[in-house]
Parts: sequence; C-alpha cells; structure tokens
Amino acid sequence: MIIGVLAIQGAFFEHMDVLKRLNVQGKLIKKVSDLEVIDGLILPGGESTAMAKQMKENGLFEAITHKINEGCPVMGTCAGLILLSKEISNQPVQTLGVMDIRVKRNAYGRQLDSFSTMASIKKISETPIELVFIRAPYIEEVGDDVEVLCVVDNHIVVAQQNHCLALAFHPELSGIDVIHQYFIDTMIKKESQPHGSVSNP
Amino acid sequence: MNKQYELNKNLAQMLKGGVIMDVTSAQEALIAQEAGACAVMALERVPADIRKDGGVARASDPKMIKEIQAAVTIPVMAKVRIGHFVEAQILEALEVDYIDESEVLTPADPTYHIDKTLFKVPFVCGAKNLSEALRRISEGASMIRTKGEPGTGDVVEAVKHMRLMTSEIRRVKSLEKSELFHAAKELQVPLHLLEYVHEHGKLPVVNFAAGGVATPADAALMMQLGCDGVFVGSGIFKSGDPRKRAAAIVKAVTHFNDPIILAEVSEDLGEPMVGINVYSVKEEDKMADRGY
Repeated sequence: MIIGVLAIQGAFFEHMDVLKRLNVQGKLIKKVSDLEVIDGLILPGGESTAMAKQMKENGLFEAITHKINEGCPVMGTCAGLILLSKEISNQPVQTLGVMDIRVKRNAYGRQLDSFSTMASIKKISETPIELVFIRAPYIEEVGDDVEVLCVVDNHIVVAQQNHCLALAFHPELSGIDVIHQYFIDTMIKKESQPHGSVSNP
Repeated sequence: MNKQYELNKNLAQMLKGGVIMDVTSAQEALIAQEAGACAVMALERVPADIRKDGGVARASDPKMIKEIQAAVTIPVMAKVRIGHFVEAQILEALEVDYIDESEVLTPADPTYHIDKTLFKVPFVCGAKNLSEALRRISEGASMIRTKGEPGTGDVVEAVKHMRLMTSEIRRVKSLEKSELFHAAKELQVPLHLLEYVHEHGKLPVVNFAAGGVATPADAALMMQLGCDGVFVGSGIFKSGDPRKRAAAIVKAVTHFNDPIILAEVSEDLGEPMVGINVYSVKEEDKMADRGY
C-alpha cells in the first residue's frame, strides 16, 4: 500500500512521519505523475491559498479531483479540509469541491486563538485524544450523506462522506496515530479488498 | 514548556515548504498572497531601503499592519527591534500571527533580547549559528531563521549561516552524551536544548532561510542546504516584475530538488533587485552582527 501526501506547501513531512510509524509507505505528491501508484491520499495542513494556486497551475487540481471522484480514499486536515469542501462561506478560496460540506476558514480567529483540547471521536476511538487547532476552520453545514464524527463547542470538526474524511485539526501533530490508522484500516484496506472477503474477527 | 508554546511551534510547522514575503502595503500583501506566499511580513521599508536611508529603523505603524491584516487571509507577521519588548506588546495587542525580533531594525537594547516566554504571541528570531539559535529558543522563540545579510540580494551570508548551523548540529550529534556538558559551556546554551539537538540531529523548532534571497535558484539552494522554508525581503518588490518573481520563488521552494522545473520558473523574470556584494558592506553597516 502506498499513501500519497500532497507536498506543495505545509506540514507534509509530519504526515510522512505518522505513516512511517504505522509501517505504511508514503509518497510525496508534487506533480500529476506522482499520483499514478497511490492507494490513498492525504491533504495536509498549511495555507490553502498557497496550495490551490500551484495545484491549479500544474494540473494537480483537476487530476486530484478526478482521482477522488474515481473513489481514491482521501483524508484532509485543516487546509486539506478546506480543499475538500464544496463551499467556503467567508473567503474566496479555490476548492476541489468533492465533499458536500460548507466551511468557515480561519473560523476561530488568528494565531492567538489557536488552541488544543481533548475529545473522543466515538467512531474512531473511545479514548479522548488531543485535537490541535491552528488558525483552524470548522464545518458549518453538511449535506445529507455526510456523517458528522466529532463536534467541539457546537462546531463540526470531523466529517466523513464515503471515501472522504475531513478534519479541522491536526492529527499529525499529537503523536497519537489512531485517526491515520482508521483511515488506513477502514477506508483504504476496505476499498482494495474484493467484495465478500471482509473477514470477521 | 506550556501549551501555547507548542501551538506556536505548530504554526511554524504549517508554514514549512513555503515563502514568507516582505510587504509594505495592503496592495503588495495581496500580490504576495496571489503569488502563493504562505505568510507576509508587514513592514514600512524593506531592508534594502532601510540600508539606503540610514537612521533609526523602528516597528511599523499599527495602521499599516491593520490594513495588511484586513487585506489577506494568510498569517501576518511584523518586526520589532531587538530587545524592544514594548513594540512587541503593541504587536501582540494587534494580534499579529508572528513577531520577528529582527536585526533588520535598529537594536533597542545593547545586551538583552526580549524575554519571549512572557508573551502568548509567537516569535521568530535570526541566528548566524547554533549557539545563537539555541539562545533565542531558550528565550522563547518558536521559530528560527538564518540572518543572512538583509537588503543586499547577496545570498552568501545566508549560505554561510545555514552551513555553519548544520555542521555544528552534526558535530553535536556525534558527541558522546558525557561531552554535552562541556559543549553547552562552550556554546553558552542551555543543556536541555543541546540534548535535544544531540538526540534528534536538528533544532527543536522550524528553521527558515532569510537575508539575501533574490532568485528562485537562491531559494532552492537554501532548501537543498536543509532549510524548512524561505523568507524573501527586498528580493521581490525591489525587482522588475514582483508578481512573476514572487510566484517563481514559491514554485522553486516546492520543487527545490527538480532542476527542470527550476529552469522553467527561472526564465524571463525581468530585472532582479540590483544587489550589493556583502563583502563591500562596511563592518558597521552589517545587520547580521546585531544581536547577542
């Protein structure tokens, strides 16, 4: 299994480190040809404007949209969540529009409003884990077939729509790898298994 | 360290692989954002003009900083003089995203840097070598950049500082644990930070290049030497075609290891900033020697 990590700008090495800890091969994605062999994709944190600009220019924007629409499992964190969304309510940013969610960018304010908190994401782990929000967005509204996985202070911060997982915070910074593990086990391995072969424990 | 310090180091991690551009107006800030900058540094005069004008260079007018904050969605940084903790208090009140305690401005204190542990807002500081970097971190800096020689368009000092830092890090890494006590004494740095460097082979915070980067090739050079990202000061808005050059430097940082893309983005960028050879700058005019 190879998981691509978009490497235009931002904290992509942090995601590569998590994959290494989980014994999964990671691959930095900088141009269209890098996408060929991957089984899943991570869109990291960073500045969504900076990423979108370069992706538009080198064709990655269309290529990644196509790849996701074809069923490639994807996880977006912070700026990655913004890229996945259909609509940004407060700022004009180019997005891939593959998830039926409406997002508020820099929703909590500037760096002085960045924070971390403990919360449990029931579907992923009963144990509360640290969620790190850096100049973070949150999800204001979700479409009918989007599952809300976590709400913090009345704002949606984790949502899943089929093979797309969006997180407003940074699981790559906490040192707890359960969310990446969930992405790999339930969203990538399941995809690659033929029907009927899912084993019962 | 406290939680806020961790969050501040985390913001620097989000800036990695990106270009932070000096801007002097809301209009320039927008150009920087459209070109793909990951943050902007708001200041009244770019280092090349500070160098030319002489006199005392101070923190910028809050009005200009607020206009830039209103114009862009990316993080906004601003500079204070070395040791001027009240300028820093003012920038914190303005809620800038990062403060640069910078040798580009005229130092306000002949001995002390700001005690950055007293602030909630993050700080980035310049360093010429490992010992300066670790002293700044011990004072609370959550991001480091090379000093280089600002406002010259000559990358030689940034290269020197980066090479020196990495070679010192390699040396510390190769020491035996019992030798660290003496090394801490020699370098005049806290032992626990030196232990981190020994164990991990890198600084405990993100490390950018700054001071003299003027071309996409300069930016890629600094990335290949091991920086996490690049500050460009005078190099963009003192050049013939800022929009094009800014976008080219952004791409060069992303694709720093791909000479074919570097060749493409280096083409037809118009006039670079004129530049001053560092070795022709008088000793007393060198900014890199400011700071302790």
